[in-house]
Amino acid sequence: MKFDDSVKYQKSHEWARKEGDLYIVGISDYAQDSLGDVVYVELPETGKSMKQGEAFGVVESVKAASDVYMPVSGEIAEINGELEDNPGLVNEDPFGGGWLMKIKPSSASDYDSLMSAAEYKEYTEGLEE
Amino acid sequence: MKRNTAPLLWEISKPGRRAITLPDLDVPAASLPTELLRTPGAQEGGRDTDGLFGPHGTLPEIGELDLVRHFTRLSQLNFSIDTNFYPLGSCTMKYNPKMNEAAAAHPGFASHHPYQPAESSTGTLGVMHRLQDALAAVSGFAAVSLQPAAGAQGEFSGVLMIRAYHGSRGDTARTRMLIPDSAHGTNPATVAMAGFKAVQIPSDAEGNVDLDALHAECDQTVAGLMITNPNTLGLFEAHLEEVIETVHACGGLVYGDGANLNAILGKLRPGDLGIDVMHFNLHKTFSTPHGGGGPGAGPVGCNEKLAPFLPGPVVRATAGSLAYVMPEHSIGRIKSFYGNFGMLLRAYVYIAVNGTAGLRRIAENAVLNANYLKELLSETYPVRYRRRCMHEFVCQPPEGVRTIDIAKRLLDYGFHAPTVYFPLIVKEALMVEPTETESRETIETFAETMIHVAREAERSPELLHDAPYTMPVGRLDEVSAAKRPVLRYCPG
Amino acid sequence: MPFITNTDQDRQAMLVRLGLSSVDDLFSELPVRFRNPDIELPPAASELEIMAELGRLARGNASDQNSICFIGGGVYDHFIPSLVDHLASRGEFTTAYTPYQAEASQGTLQAMYEYQTMVADLTGTDVVNASHYDGATSLAEACMMALAAGKGEKTTLLVAGSVHPEYRAVTRTYLQAQTGSLRILTTDGATHGMQADGSGDRPHTVEADAVTVDDLIAQIDENTAAVVVQNPDFFGRLHDIRPLVAAAHDAGALVIVHTDPIALGMFRAPGTDGADIVTGEGQPLGIPLSSGGPYLGIFGCRGELVRRMPGRLVGEAHDHDGNRGFVLTLNTREQHIRRERATSNICTNQGLMALRAAIYLAAVGPGGLQEIAELCYHKAHYAAAKIDALPGYSTGISGGSGQFFKEFVVTTPRPAAEIVAKLGRKGISAGLDLSRFYPEQSSKLLVAVTERRSRDDIDTLISGLREFAS
Repeated sequence: MKFDDSVKYQKSHEWARKEGDLYIVGISDYAQDSLGDVVYVELPETGKSMKQGEAFGVVESVKAASDVYMPVSGEIAEINGELEDNPGLVNEDPFGGGWLMKIKPSSASDYDSLMSAAEYKEYTEGLEE
Repeated sequence: MKRNTAPLLWEISKPGRRAITLPDLDVPAASLPTELLRTPGAQEGGRDTDGLFGPHGTLPEIGELDLVRHFTRLSQLNFSIDTNFYPLGSCTMKYNPKMNEAAAAHPGFASHHPYQPAESSTGTLGVMHRLQDALAAVSGFAAVSLQPAAGAQGEFSGVLMIRAYHGSRGDTARTRMLIPDSAHGTNPATVAMAGFKAVQIPSDAEGNVDLDALHAECDQTVAGLMITNPNTLGLFEAHLEEVIETVHACGGLVYGDGANLNAILGKLRPGDLGIDVMHFNLHKTFSTPHGGGGPGAGPVGCNEKLAPFLPGPVVRATAGSLAYVMPEHSIGRIKSFYGNFGMLLRAYVYIAVNGTAGLRRIAENAVLNANYLKELLSETYPVRYRRRCMHEFVCQPPEGVRTIDIAKRLLDYGFHAPTVYFPLIVKEALMVEPTETESRETIETFAETMIHVAREAERSPELLHDAPYTMPVGRLDEVSAAKRPVLRYCPG
Repeated sequence: MPFITNTDQDRQAMLVRLGLSSVDDLFSELPVRFRNPDIELPPAASELEIMAELGRLARGNASDQNSICFIGGGVYDHFIPSLVDHLASRGEFTTAYTPYQAEASQGTLQAMYEYQTMVADLTGTDVVNASHYDGATSLAEACMMALAAGKGEKTTLLVAGSVHPEYRAVTRTYLQAQTGSLRILTTDGATHGMQADGSGDRPHTVEADAVTVDDLIAQIDENTAAVVVQNPDFFGRLHDIRPLVAAAHDAGALVIVHTDPIALGMFRAPGTDGADIVTGEGQPLGIPLSSGGPYLGIFGCRGELVRRMPGRLVGEAHDHDGNRGFVLTLNTREQHIRRERATSNICTNQGLMALRAAIYLAAVGPGGLQEIAELCYHKAHYAAAKIDALPGYSTGISGGSGQFFKEFVVTTPRPAAEIVAKLGRKGISAGLDLSRFYPEQSSKLLVAVTERRSRDDIDTLISGLREFAS
């Protein structure tokens, strides 16, 4: 199980990574593993503004459909168009090519409130029990 | 490896072929509104979108013999109760009596139009009235509506009734419905459709509703609780009366999901315990056939308090004759016409040939068969809850073996798998329900097969991963099917 | 004891293995004071007794054994080829379970796929589900889907008064706990809220409910999530929906059309004309009248809407050797996975009825369906002309194109209830007395004529009606 330490995490299993002015968002390796093969990703339209914790889309596998929540508040700047034809990228490369979208943040402090890789790893171990 | 499938209708269609004959027109032809007619030959993307004929056409053209062979062949690709054992937990796959089919096919019922006036519908009204009474007697409820077409519709009706009841008393703060975490998926889906917020109540270590958690949630904002008893773990709720009292005490009502009624038929009446409203699954408990996905019927029964809110119409006797009547404060029509009458008639016949003693024997044999099967299996397939089960039980495969692989390998031995991956609170769950109609030998053979498959998994795990081997198709790739859905045949 | 295989000996052996002395031990967890209650039911009957009893009861029903049927109103006395009954009643179809284990259910799944394909082409839609409970619930769920697609920005459903009153009533039941308002349009141009029985909240008549496409177009506004129309409508009238589709789409509203599958044997498919969602009552496709059910809800829509669609969907799949098979797919929309976020709570649907429809459509084929539709059309027009010629009778509703398919409204010289009762006793089921839905109008009769009615049958009806002529 990979816990990329260049990102920070939410309890609902999304991660965010700072990239210039924007934050890239995706779901963790733990999340893609429990979902199984991803068949479809529903993403919002660019330009929409949402708050941290708000549901912005859905990641669907054959056996489950998981809502995904904003790790930071902001405006949707870009969505990953590759996922339409190749949703499996979320499984293959959850921290890289399987990114979901990029957010233009409305506050800097949201990111600080997220968990580090170590904290998130401990959190997932707690879930297994 | 090539398997044994059937071609699609369009792959055997040939222009000019036809199966049926029709009479000639025996009246003068009227003029046609030409601008409204389908226009054959209007091509769009290679398909004759408005015509009905081939070669890029739509409806296939097939002779009668080929048609009969096609669908007969298709039927032979299925498992069915008539051919195989289906120990599907929570589905109650009992034998579907053939006399039910004969009854439903009687032309006096089969060709009776629902809009015939009451005086030419006394047969139908009679059957429905008797069934209402029988279901009320069996469940201890004051009133029954036969309208809902399936369990999910029955649930929806019941939850809307609760909503209407609170609404009628001006009690609009009640926006939450409590649901155990072991509940069937229709429960939270129904709650959302009825405009409530679903609040999950955890199960305790014994598999019962966690009383402390329940107490904590019960307040003035609770509309009610949806409960299945026995629950989806096949266990009788140990504190059922206290659960019901707790919900009533905070002003909420209790909805009973009657899917597991087979375990307590004739042994206990939900109405006696204080359940306010409940649905029946006629296609589970009352032997009407599953049909490959319906039709079913989900009548709903309730106490005096909720009776005015039942979905209508119901059949009532006034001045010696029967008629359809809308209850005074009905939540409305849940379906057009008069419920799935064909299924209601079958259930009526089933109850009539059983009588009270027969219904009781159903529950007794169902619970005995389940406990016997559990006893035969539990050494190899651990059962989490060390309690007596009712008509079904939940177990898990041996360590390291996946339930999906067991399910697929069982098909090679001619058994349909138990319910898999449900309830969600048990990992790799296998929910097993033999029902009362299976023989001891079938149960023993099934247990031996399950144990044999577990041994196969230990010796050669790969064997199970690629199962089934003897079915018309191998394990199908559901992932690709969902990624790029092909939901219809496209010619060329 | 009917249907139970084990004998006392079997049970005894099983109890011994369980270490129990009697079956009662298995029920020790049931509260004692409620255990083994007194349940009053008639004593158990044998098969021959219950069949005799049913035979007796059935004599109180008018059926095709003792009456010629001119009743319509959504479900009709159509021809059911004997091969439909023969094939659909095979135990391998009737006693099969929902096809969750696809490899053991290829018969059911392939038949559903064939059904989906044929009905998609018939209705002109991209994707059709594997059945809904009936036409009314299909329509209700289509309305819910349209409201959800509007994402809360558009909250009105504009429903034509000429939609079947029971279908409107069911839609209202489904929507009572949702935000969104149902407005029924009547011919005076006003829209009304809806009562539990599907009527508007103002006095209504056949004439008031007989709206046209132009009436609807005039009422579309920026708050309209969808326009809901039935074609042929409840009164049997045909409409050209193309102008309505254009106007609705211009305003950003969806179009939901409820149709009659037999009509689609000769008339334009609503999907081809641009309807976003097409629903229908599938009973005419080889399904018996059976006093009210089970029937078949047809539901189809444009491809882009598929993930919002309720109900089961069958899709093509392959095994590792490349053999083609079929599976239930896009399951994540459904209750067993999505739970409270599901598109609907539907679980058991009407699978066997969809199978009957598939067999029927394959049996009649394109030529047969077209002929059946035309037989209905011409026979209904013959009957209407003859009735119109009887003194004191008139057919049709003023306004509108006057075009109809297989049923029409008759204004009668005596109360319709009286005519129906008297002719009923002579073996003629003359039609549907519309005072059932329009209580202030006692002289409106809805008459339907299908391919099963011969010229003699129709002439018999005419003679019967003539006795009440003024």
